[in-house]
Amino acid sequence: MGSTRRVGRGAGSRSRPLVTLGVALVATSVLAACGSETGKTINVYYAPEENFQTVVDNCNEQANGRYQIVYNKLPRDADGQREQMVRRLAAEDDEMDVLGLDVTWVAEFAEAGWAAEWTGKNKAEAEEGVLPGPLETAMWQDKLYAATKNTNIQLMWYDERLTPEPPETWDEVIAAAKRLKQQGKPYQVVFTGAQYEGLVSMYNSITESAGGQILSDDGLSVEMDEGAVRALEILHELTTAGITAPGLTNAQEDETRLSFEAKGSQAAFQLNWPFVYPAMQEGNPERAEHMKWTRFPEATAGEPSRSTIGGYNLAVSSYSKHQPEAFEAALCLRSAENQKFSAVSDGVPPTIESVYNDPEPIDPSKPAGDDNPNMETAYPMKDTILDALKEPGVRPLTPAYQNVSTVISTVLSPPSSIDPQATAERLRSEITDALESKGVLP
Amino acid sequence: MTTEVAASTADPDTGAPAGKKQLSEGKRAERRLGLLLCAPAALVMLAVTAWPVIYSVWLSLQRYDLRFPGQTEFIGLENYITVLSSPYWWTSFGVTMGLTAVSVALEFVLGFALALIMHRTIVARGLIRTVALIPYGIVTVVAAFSWRYAFTPDTGYLAQLLAPEAALLTERMPAFGIIVLAEVWKTTPFMALLLMAGLALVPDDLVKAASVDGASPWQRFIKVIVPVMKPAILVALLFRMLDAFRIFDNIFVLTNGAQQTGSVSVSTYNNLIQGLNLGIGSTMSVLIFITVAIIAFIFVKGFGTAAPGSDDGGRR
Repeated sequence: MGSTRRVGRGAGSRSRPLVTLGVALVATSVLAACGSETGKTINVYYAPEENFQTVVDNCNEQANGRYQIVYNKLPRDADGQREQMVRRLAAEDDEMDVLGLDVTWVAEFAEAGWAAEWTGKNKAEAEEGVLPGPLETAMWQDKLYAATKNTNIQLMWYDERLTPEPPETWDEVIAAAKRLKQQGKPYQVVFTGAQYEGLVSMYNSITESAGGQILSDDGLSVEMDEGAVRALEILHELTTAGITAPGLTNAQEDETRLSFEAKGSQAAFQLNWPFVYPAMQEGNPERAEHMKWTRFPEATAGEPSRSTIGGYNLAVSSYSKHQPEAFEAALCLRSAENQKFSAVSDGVPPTIESVYNDPEPIDPSKPAGDDNPNMETAYPMKDTILDALKEPGVRPLTPAYQNVSTVISTVLSPPSSIDPQATAERLRSEITDALESKGVLP
Repeated sequence: MTTEVAASTADPDTGAPAGKKQLSEGKRAERRLGLLLCAPAALVMLAVTAWPVIYSVWLSLQRYDLRFPGQTEFIGLENYITVLSSPYWWTSFGVTMGLTAVSVALEFVLGFALALIMHRTIVARGLIRTVALIPYGIVTVVAAFSWRYAFTPDTGYLAQLLAPEAALLTERMPAFGIIVLAEVWKTTPFMALLLMAGLALVPDDLVKAASVDGASPWQRFIKVIVPVMKPAILVALLFRMLDAFRIFDNIFVLTNGAQQTGSVSVSTYNNLIQGLNLGIGSTMSVLIFITVAIIAFIFVKGFGTAAPGSDDGGRR
């Protein structure tokens, strides 16, 4: 752009204003066209992440002038991110090259023909060493449509002073909470119970833990089997036993975190993403010392729980004019080294298994510590995360995920009004409509 | 604008069958020039309004989901059956109707009072009129955000004043009330402005004559002022109802349709923009278009509302 403007000004000094304008306009368009051919710009559209610009700068250095990655920040909320990309892709906008997709959007973008398929060498590199759960979220119909950037998984956080041995199953959680309540101690089980994606994640975790499925494997029809009904029963029991917080139906991730973090908190158990750990150190250092973590509760004793995974994948737009460079840029942005950097500086768990066991701190020349974190210091719970990631609960993969999720969160809200059999029946019929994009969205 | 009005009155004349042949050569040339002059404007209007309307109708007759481009097909009226048999649609339709009725009624009463005040003021007339119009001059989204922050628990001043313990925007009826409040606050000045124009139509002599005949102030208002103002009142109500029925921005900012406070426009947005379902979404927008047309029809045919300035033309 700098050179463009200079040319425009140069012309202006020689001619009359109106002509100047014309010349400048022509010059701008001609130069813009030339510019994109010589110094290629790769536009990355990704959610706001505090230190992601550093990753972009690293990759630009590595590209050595062959292309220049520009980080375009999408809105903070997931719906806003999806909306902006979808609107532009529907209009076949060729200015978007790399797309940061929430793990639930890959199927949708692939089916609509907006995400380019990964093949050959790029595919091999994108799959190398990636944990199977996160990798599954980047595939649609056995083809790879994105490279995993980071993952996320819900754990159960508890206070070791209240329950030195954490409960392992939902039955135990409910019993422990009731007992604590009787003893007059903090007792609440807090989770994301508001009518939004968080409630769907919670329901999906319990369903998967109970060995159930909401959708069939191909994502084309409704399953809603015994496990899914069992999950409705657990959710109902949990929310009618008098052990949830009064603000449950308003609680998204942050409200949930705060209700555990606040001074005088009545919460004993929290189901949430690992971001609560660093927040707790700052928000309530006194309780942070006693906050421990364990895997998501089991639905059936002895059957390992399966907790919902989140995170982001990087896809390449089908309309991108620089696809080879876009693939290369995407691979760099999520390389093992950059995943480690993002993990310790922005708290987003890596998808590449080896990163978890990498002892090297950010600055390898100095010893690891608070100022120079490595995976061990930034992620004391990394072993639990890794364990859980090996038995993940992937949310249903379907191009109509947005519809399915809207229907589930509407039908399950508020969770205390669930009537397992009737609710399951309603879910079956409304999800069927949603899958065929027939029904009306609430 | 003036050429357009001239053209639209000229149009039926030139288009009428023989019998008006007595037009002189000069007059006809003038007409032709008039038509030619407004043709570009008319064409642009057609391109930017008629075409999208027709295209929406066409889309509403198809199964068309951007995520399943391969499955696009013509399905006749099936989308209409889906939408009209959906409880979600009727919930938002009920919400919209309720919001329209309540907010227009309140706006009418308050707007009338404001109009009378503005009409009768003797001192600082300009200042009072300007001040009264300030809410209407504020961008709706900006105003909606200030209402939202005012009602945010812990930090909002109205939340602390009215209900320190509750989150009003997350409960259905309170949220409904806040949406009405935001609407009424915002558009009452508009209503007042239209009604004030109507008040100016009432001849002072008429009111004085009534008072000489012994009519009380209330009788003068109900029996003299209101009947004379009827056209202005109907126009004001019509404008506001059409507007209120399409309410979107206030709801989008205040609740985003949660707790069943979404209007039909919010539903349309959710299906069209978020759900990417062009078929269902277009069906909804066509239904909104039809509803608005029905409201306008009832006002024009039922109550004889006429466009301002064409007093005799309303019942043609």
